[in-house]
Amino acid sequence: MSKARISPLRSGFVHLALAGYTVIALFPVVLTIMNSLKDKNAIFRTPLALPTAETFSLIGYTTVLKQGDFISYFQNSLIVTVVSIFFALLFGAMAAFALSEYRFRGNALLGLYLAIGIMIPIRLGTVAILQGMVAAGLVNTLTALILVYTAQGLPLAIFILSEFMRSVSDDLKNAGRIDGLSEYAIFFRLVLPLVRPAMATVAVFTMIPIWNDLWFPLILAPGEATKTVTLGSQVFIGQFVTNWNAVLAALSLAIFPVLILYVIFSRQLIRGITAGAVK
Amino acid sequence: MQIPARPRRWHILVFLLPAFIVYSAVMILPLIETLRLSLFNTVDGQSAFVGLANFQVLFGDERWAADFWRALKNNFIFFAIHMLVQNPLGILLAAMLSIPKLRLAAFYRTAIFMPTVLSFVIVGFIWKLILSPIWGITPFFMDLVGLKAFFGPWLGKPGSALITVSLISVWQNVGIPMMLIYAALLSIPDEVIEAAECDGITGWSQFWKIKLPLILPAIGMVSILTFVGNFNAFDLIYTVQGALAGPDGATDILGTLLYRTFFGFQLQLGDRSMGATIATVMFLIILAGVSLYLFGIQRRVRRYQF
Repeated sequence: MSKARISPLRSGFVHLALAGYTVIALFPVVLTIMNSLKDKNAIFRTPLALPTAETFSLIGYTTVLKQGDFISYFQNSLIVTVVSIFFALLFGAMAAFALSEYRFRGNALLGLYLAIGIMIPIRLGTVAILQGMVAAGLVNTLTALILVYTAQGLPLAIFILSEFMRSVSDDLKNAGRIDGLSEYAIFFRLVLPLVRPAMATVAVFTMIPIWNDLWFPLILAPGEATKTVTLGSQVFIGQFVTNWNAVLAALSLAIFPVLILYVIFSRQLIRGITAGAVK
Repeated sequence: MQIPARPRRWHILVFLLPAFIVYSAVMILPLIETLRLSLFNTVDGQSAFVGLANFQVLFGDERWAADFWRALKNNFIFFAIHMLVQNPLGILLAAMLSIPKLRLAAFYRTAIFMPTVLSFVIVGFIWKLILSPIWGITPFFMDLVGLKAFFGPWLGKPGSALITVSLISVWQNVGIPMMLIYAALLSIPDEVIEAAECDGITGWSQFWKIKLPLILPAIGMVSILTFVGNFNAFDLIYTVQGALAGPDGATDILGTLLYRTFFGFQLQLGDRSMGATIATVMFLIILAGVSLYLFGIQRRVRRYQF
């Protein structure tokens, strides 16, 4: 492959620009974490310096962990996210299989119906969702959030997974049928394992908006026992506006898990967005 | 493999039913119910059909109209800033990242996309701290480039608050257009690029004349995603400026207006009918945007088959 080489000068400019923007993207987060580890004087006097032995302080973290119920917020977020993703993937894969495998009346129409939710945000129905959850006695339960997020995740899951399921070989499935496997066994034992990479992509995609959502926790589950980490930090940081140590520590605590997950899954995520175009 | 008179295939129903039920019950039916509620209001303590009266109130009544039109205008400004800053910036970054054999490309990509995975709450608070005159980070940096005189409490001034919040949102979301455009650029086949090079088209003119037309579908996709995302935005403004979208409502957009209206805030009581009316307007705006994209833009943009 012979590509026109770009001159060292131009490539220098490109690196300068990209590195410059990288700094802009990372700086606020780095600044927050760095200062969360300092005492109050150092936060204000030398905000741009790394914590040193003299200025190092965990006072913010101790304040936060003493007062806020962060562990339980994490637990709630984790339960909501994992269970919603599980159901969105399971139900989504089942529906995607039915839509891509069988020919039946209304197939295309049903596919279209299930795709509406990709473009129309579920938030627009909030007025009636709240009303329904009140009627069902589900306000301030994690179940309400799980239901909403499962519904929110389904359209994209079905859309992506049915693309992938179309590419599973028919011969394989027919061989299974000849061997007397039921349609359920064909789905769970033959097809599902083959689309696992696509499932992982969908999971990562679905996870971020669920974990970060503020709207539905605020409206459907604002109670202390059901607060998610996003809502928890929102309320919590609001209380500590003047305690800079605590605010910075709370922010850092909210950032860490996301950052760690991102470092682990960034390849998967980026490959998912770019649909395999990135080598 | 169509066998005549096959037995009823119950398994199809079993496969489809769970997704269909959850999706219909939690998403579609509430959406329809919300649209329906916008035509009803409480008259003499009872719910009654009022036709389009709620919309008349929203568009024309002095208690509602000023807030509504301001929120709508702000929302369009919010969207315009994203289209003018976020998407061109995303295209520029993607164009640089896609230079073949660029070193550190994977690192830049990962780092620049990072803010996108953070929650609006984290992003909002971080920027509130950085822009705060108390901490003095921003004045310090502006001093370095000799612009300290221009610093102000931007989030607190009605004239600059909306632009500032929009730019924070751009900072967070620029990763999405960058990635989608980047993928589109990478999927341009080498032959096309080589042919262009044989004709002596390189560098910028290659980008403008060859690559840009080929990534137009991706740009259309990015635009509609931005549109939908902006017209149901809420979290960032709620975090940075509160439910009242201050100062003095200067950052109020449809999402925050909807929240205050139907859920109530402080002294304001929740109003279900008017909430549903605002949600319906948002639905119609988003529907109009999506339809325009699907039938107007996407059909006309030529897709190149390689």
